[in-house]
Amino acid sequence: MPLTVAIIGNPNTGKSTLFNALTGLQARVGNFPGVTVEKKIGRIKGTADPIDLVDLPGTYSLSPRSLDEMVSVNVLLGRQADVGKVDAVVCILDASNLERNFYLACQVLDLGLPTVIVLNMFDVATTRGAKIDIAALSKKLGVQVVATSAHRKEGLDALKAAIAAAVPNGPGPRPHPFPETFYAECHQLASKLAELGRSDAPSFLVERALLDVGGYLETEWLAGSDIAEPWKSALVESRARLKEAGCRVPAVEAKARYAWAKQTLSDVATAPAARAETLSDRMDRVLTHRFAGLLIFVVLMIVVFQAIFSWAEPLMGLCESGQSAVSSFVASLLSPGTLRSLLTDGVVAGVGGVLVFLPQIGMLFFFIALLEDCGYLARAAFLMDKVMSKFGLNGKSFVPLMTSHACAIPGIMATRVIEDRKARLATILVAPLMSCSARLPVYTLFISLFVPDEPLMGMRGARQGLTLFAMYALGIVAAALVAAVLRKTIFHGETPPFVMELPAYKWPSPWIVVSRVWDRMMAFVARAGTLIFAAAIVVWAGSFFPGDHSQEFEKQRFIEQAEATQADSLKHRTMLEESLGKLNERMASHPPATESERDEFQEKLATIEGGLAVLNAELKPLDDARVEVNHLRASSVEQSFLGRLGHLIEPVVKPLGWDWKIGVGTLLSFPARELVVTNLGIIYGLGQDVDESNQQLWSTIREATWPDGRPVYGVPVALSIMVFFSLCAQCAATLMTIRRETNSWRWPLVTFTYMTLLAYFAALVTYQVAIRL
Amino acid sequence: MSQTLDQLPEGQAATILDVEGDDAVAVRLLEMGLTDGESIRSLGAAPLGDPLEFEVRGYRLSLRIVEARRVRIRS
Repeated sequence: MPLTVAIIGNPNTGKSTLFNALTGLQARVGNFPGVTVEKKIGRIKGTADPIDLVDLPGTYSLSPRSLDEMVSVNVLLGRQADVGKVDAVVCILDASNLERNFYLACQVLDLGLPTVIVLNMFDVATTRGAKIDIAALSKKLGVQVVATSAHRKEGLDALKAAIAAAVPNGPGPRPHPFPETFYAECHQLASKLAELGRSDAPSFLVERALLDVGGYLETEWLAGSDIAEPWKSALVESRARLKEAGCRVPAVEAKARYAWAKQTLSDVATAPAARAETLSDRMDRVLTHRFAGLLIFVVLMIVVFQAIFSWAEPLMGLCESGQSAVSSFVASLLSPGTLRSLLTDGVVAGVGGVLVFLPQIGMLFFFIALLEDCGYLARAAFLMDKVMSKFGLNGKSFVPLMTSHACAIPGIMATRVIEDRKARLATILVAPLMSCSARLPVYTLFISLFVPDEPLMGMRGARQGLTLFAMYALGIVAAALVAAVLRKTIFHGETPPFVMELPAYKWPSPWIVVSRVWDRMMAFVARAGTLIFAAAIVVWAGSFFPGDHSQEFEKQRFIEQAEATQADSLKHRTMLEESLGKLNERMASHPPATESERDEFQEKLATIEGGLAVLNAELKPLDDARVEVNHLRASSVEQSFLGRLGHLIEPVVKPLGWDWKIGVGTLLSFPARELVVTNLGIIYGLGQDVDESNQQLWSTIREATWPDGRPVYGVPVALSIMVFFSLCAQCAATLMTIRRETNSWRWPLVTFTYMTLLAYFAALVTYQVAIRL
Repeated sequence: MSQTLDQLPEGQAATILDVEGDDAVAVRLLEMGLTDGESIRSLGAAPLGDPLEFEVRGYRLSLRIVEARRVRIRS
């Protein structure tokens, strides 16, 4: 049996870095059951006996105010079934900020577990002039104290040795910071609990229950049982007596523990005396300056956004071309059939649909890790809090929401920096409303087709630009409104505190940045990837079954044979088509001036066209088969489950001005919004290699009619489709990421429901208003 | 003279008297070290006027104005 050791510490103490350095990026990542807290367990490298390290969320204290915060306490007390008994605890402190960090250390020592105290970022503290006598501190506390600089990988061996020695050493003495009256009350409460039939509660929980007014242990721990009421009143009476005695709860805890911290540190550690103005202070004056600060912030955010929006593009292109390469490789091994369709359109597309997000996730977490590690991320939250708090969010919601304009998935993953549960959930719920890059093909297609590019106020393309802008603005306004409504409804209650430490600036460590990026990418693949993959397979099956594909496969076999035997003719035709294009281009730019030039041109033209006619005749069976296979595919999609569903919902989408084909296209694009363009191509019998600039798709859309001959599309329908796609939740990957991040199906369901309703009604209003204008 | 922390002018220090209430905000303020008798210095406000920045126990802390109003100080 490996030993289990928990690691806990304040935020900004380098806990994750230390965890990664000890376990070598080999952690098992999951969730604690029933809560949004991430569970990370890793085996410490290079110890004689196996030791598992459990990462607990960064926290300033062990007073649980919610089920999420109770997890840490449960793990430490060995009450968390999926972790089991914890043999020791490592409490990591920021060496430059010992006094405040000692508050948590005091609580941890009160647990009575074998403990190792780690003074991390020791190098930074020393350069700032702090003097800490480690040996004396260790003697005073009665537990091992180790100095580390995790970002330089210094002190790790000593720490490993200390962890290994902690269990045989046993627990140190409890700090005993409170006045005796407090302990007397705790004793009474424990007897009261035993009277009520709960003699199993550790004294730590009893103390916590008494201290945390309105906390988890008072309100929810025994909720539902018949002893909840007497328990509550016993707590209230105890607190009243303590107040009488001059130990007002909750103030007594902070007072007692901070007094203990001061006393413990008094002769073993000296903080730098009068804080001289550091470089960090001077930087801060610029970076939080009224004008310069905001300007730098805007520039930085543009860079981050640009990185995710465009710098990730080549890598995503690489993923996509890799996907099609694998796809055609698989296709070359198998003859057309159900298995091949499953493998290429289901499995390979599903894996590709997961991997394609990695460049953006990697890029975003590269910047987040960089900004967080150097201390700027807290300032960004400081700068933006006033704006975000108006909508029930907080300053830390800004970066996740901004980056959601590139892709909601990294955005949602980035909400992990928001400690407050309600603010984090609200941010997750509105993030998918931001117009991500997957909406762009939809906007581009319908704007280029239906929004006239005649000049507005002398500017060409201004109407198109404004329409695009309106789509982005729509998402932001909707997000603000939804967040404000959430705040008043499901997340009502007191405004969560935004009490945040502003850490000193420091050089970011490349090792931290790399490990954070790796960590997040792996977490995404392992946690959300499987679900996204499953969704892709389900949608593939929904559009493939039921249906007779034998004709389609037969045609496809014929096409592939013909393509092989007539490869030369095909190549030749492409060449001739290219020269024809070039010739026409040259004609347009340099019209022939003389008779002889004109004749020469006519002659060339005749030769090329003659050659093309011969080839076209030769290739006609192939061309016909290609058209036919596209039509067969279109009709098999129409016959499939999802196609039938599309027909079924036509009455529902008709008020939006949509016919069933748009409805099916929308249903089929559930794996990802941008697929609607491809899906329209398939449904219109143009095959699956269609993108938003495909001229054939453009003309088909322009010419599409209802059975009675009226055109399907026009400006109102185009607007209604764009509005729908700007607000809808047609992105399985986002919903699965929400599932993984919140560890519950409830939040993806809520997101899907509200966004679909919002999108539907907004599109309805848009269409109905637009046709009346 | 007693006042609340949000009124402390930039650059000035004061002594904390107490934190009002016993809800989550009060507890968090206490946990962050805003206990009575402790000295605290204002470092100014964010560019948009809220939140505020303080130095206490040797580190920097950001509080919203509504939260700072919960802390009584003596300058």
